[in-house]
Amino acid sequence: MADAGLVINQVRLGVADRILLDALDLEVAPGEIVTLMGPSGSGKSSLIAYICGSLDPAFTVSGSITLNGRDVSALPIERRRIGVLFQDDLLFAHMSVGENLAFAVPGEVPRHARAQLVAEALAEAELDGFASRDPATLSGGQKARVALMRALLAEPQAMLLDEPFARLDAALRERVRNFTFSTIARRNIPALLVTHDDQDAWGRVVRL
Amino acid sequence: MNRWRAAFARNPFGIAPPLIFAIFVGPIMLGLFGTLLPAFGIHPAISDSHLSLDPWRALFADPAFGKSLRLTLSVGFGATIIAVFIAFGSVALLYGTSAFDRLRRLLAPAMAFPYASFAVGLAFLIAPSGWIARLLSPWATGWDQPPDLLIIGDPDAIALTIALALKESLFLILMIVGALGQINSAALMRTARSFGYNRVQAWLKLVAPQVYRQVRLPIYAMLAGSFAVVDMAIVLGPAAPPTLAPFTLDLYRQLDVVLQLKAAAASIFQLGLVVCVIGIWWLGESLVQFGLRPWFSNGHRRGYGAILVSSMGLLGLGLALLASFGAIVMLIIWSFSGMWTWPNAFPHAWSFNAWTSSNNDLAGLAGRTIIIAVTATAIATVAAILCLEAGVAEKRQRWIGITYAPLLVPQISFLFGVQLLWNRFWLDGTLVAVAMTHLLFVLPYVLLVLGDPYRALDPRIAFAARSLGAGRVRTLVRVKLPLLARPLAGAMAIGFAVSVAQYLPTVFAGAGRINTLTTEAVALASGADRRLTGVVAFGLTALPFMALFLATIVPNFLARNRRGLQL
Repeated sequence: MADAGLVINQVRLGVADRILLDALDLEVAPGEIVTLMGPSGSGKSSLIAYICGSLDPAFTVSGSITLNGRDVSALPIERRRIGVLFQDDLLFAHMSVGENLAFAVPGEVPRHARAQLVAEALAEAELDGFASRDPATLSGGQKARVALMRALLAEPQAMLLDEPFARLDAALRERVRNFTFSTIARRNIPALLVTHDDQDAWGRVVRL
Repeated sequence: MNRWRAAFARNPFGIAPPLIFAIFVGPIMLGLFGTLLPAFGIHPAISDSHLSLDPWRALFADPAFGKSLRLTLSVGFGATIIAVFIAFGSVALLYGTSAFDRLRRLLAPAMAFPYASFAVGLAFLIAPSGWIARLLSPWATGWDQPPDLLIIGDPDAIALTIALALKESLFLILMIVGALGQINSAALMRTARSFGYNRVQAWLKLVAPQVYRQVRLPIYAMLAGSFAVVDMAIVLGPAAPPTLAPFTLDLYRQLDVVLQLKAAAASIFQLGLVVCVIGIWWLGESLVQFGLRPWFSNGHRRGYGAILVSSMGLLGLGLALLASFGAIVMLIIWSFSGMWTWPNAFPHAWSFNAWTSSNNDLAGLAGRTIIIAVTATAIATVAAILCLEAGVAEKRQRWIGITYAPLLVPQISFLFGVQLLWNRFWLDGTLVAVAMTHLLFVLPYVLLVLGDPYRALDPRIAFAARSLGAGRVRTLVRVKLPLLARPLAGAMAIGFAVSVAQYLPTVFAGAGRINTLTTEAVALASGADRRLTGVVAFGLTALPFMALFLATIVPNFLARNRRGLQL
């Protein structure tokens, strides 16, 4: 299928009189990881916000985003099926680790299968037995892994990574990075990474 | 049509604010209108009513009117100026000390103390036969019977002015604490102190002007409230004549149509008065600012004058806390007292008589009070959440200003019209009408308390939930509200306390037929049965305290296994 994956078509982004992005075209194929690099102010955060649907209405936008041939530009955030990872893990503090994961499992999955999916996700992240743990008691690396598994349990058709390793210390960073990219690669979905750090770059690199 | 549909898809909560504010502003506008017409001679109960100025002539010709107006001005300005002085002075002295942190914990309970029961307890404390006189007699005063002094209801309303000032100073300090969180006060203080300014000078010269700007609206509300106070004025103020608001209430209560027209004129007069008074205060602000400008930059770093002046404010704060504490002690002692003769400091015997003899009545009063407060608070909380979810607290939105209207417009100016409105729907004198009228005053406070924490919640949390496939409603219910459990519970407790304390809205919407703990406490205060008054006023105080207590322990219980939610 020609339009499989995440396709950014002629996207123009501006705020007030300033143009941030001018007619950007970018294709990310299923299973491919593309790193978008650029200095701060180059519009990469705004592009991420536009792709996932949280862009401030003050921006002027033209162009479109298609995901596996489906135009998602006008859809609300929750119907785009695009997973996002941020600098912070953003785990829900009032839920256990298991509840955080179960929150992401699609509603139509029956109860028994949900628990099974959560257990499998924990096992994949080498966090067996962590289901009832309070997220606040986890280490930085463990939190990052839970956040990734949570995003993937929602069965996204693409992943966006907004400087997800920036808060981790150097030793941890490489392990989390390897885990993240290998786990995403197994899903065979397109992933777009935004960073300003050359070390984090992975796969094809596009500079803004 | 498509534009509306698109807006709805973008934010289904977007329709909430216009709807809620219509329900909200509607009664006030209609109420004002329904008071304005009778003020000019038009009344549904008069067959040949026509436009006339007779109600105004009758009002201005009333010999009590001039005295009442003078009293109102001195109480309103006096109480507000003293409260501002106490609040700013004491915070200047205490900011940055451990005492300030301890004070902050006392403020919420102090604010939840209803005006009516505070006034009753204070009266028990300072009356000629009150506790202070008892503790000092006869060894220090030589009084072997209660002295013949007019302390409560003194013709110049000094007791009322001071009581109001003490009560409101605590509210203002609470507002200042909130404002300190919004400006970078700690950094300002560090900067000033690195220039060699002492703590008090640094706070007064750098922090106070910015704090004042933030608390200006609450001060206006306080000012309007002092001009319109009724329950406290009935308990502590003079009777012949009283201040304008109780004066007007007396006229309404005569159930004589001609006097009701005069009362409507007095109501509208008070609306104009409050507008003028806020204008005068605003001018006064400019004058004070102009006068103080040289002092801000005169370079004096340790002038002891400022410390001295602030100490007087701190003294006032001490009095306010002592009065609150003393008032509660008084209510407890009187409600359990048996035989108690002058000048003994404590009763000869303790008894449950006042509790048990009035028990049936007390349960009914408390039950009605709770039903009304819970209904008003529940609706206000849902409405506030919908409004916040629609983004009313964001800077671009102007809606939030409207919610302050019921706090700035004198209650007596529109409640008569609201009563007529309920009457049209055959609802006056029902719990529904009372609860809905309370809602007008509960919603602003719930929005006020909930607004800041709501905005402070990291927007990426909600975004993360939605990117996982949860819609707006599921995100709100499963993620945002549980994370906001603590401020939500606090806002509900404050809303509950506000409803419990409402006097005038209960009297009007209830058409005098719905008695709550507040109306009963005010009614009993002028009577002779201190034990029964003590019981009712104690019940009135206990309800909001219990709500606050629940608002503390329930979120703690919910957060017991979640370190990220603990304080």
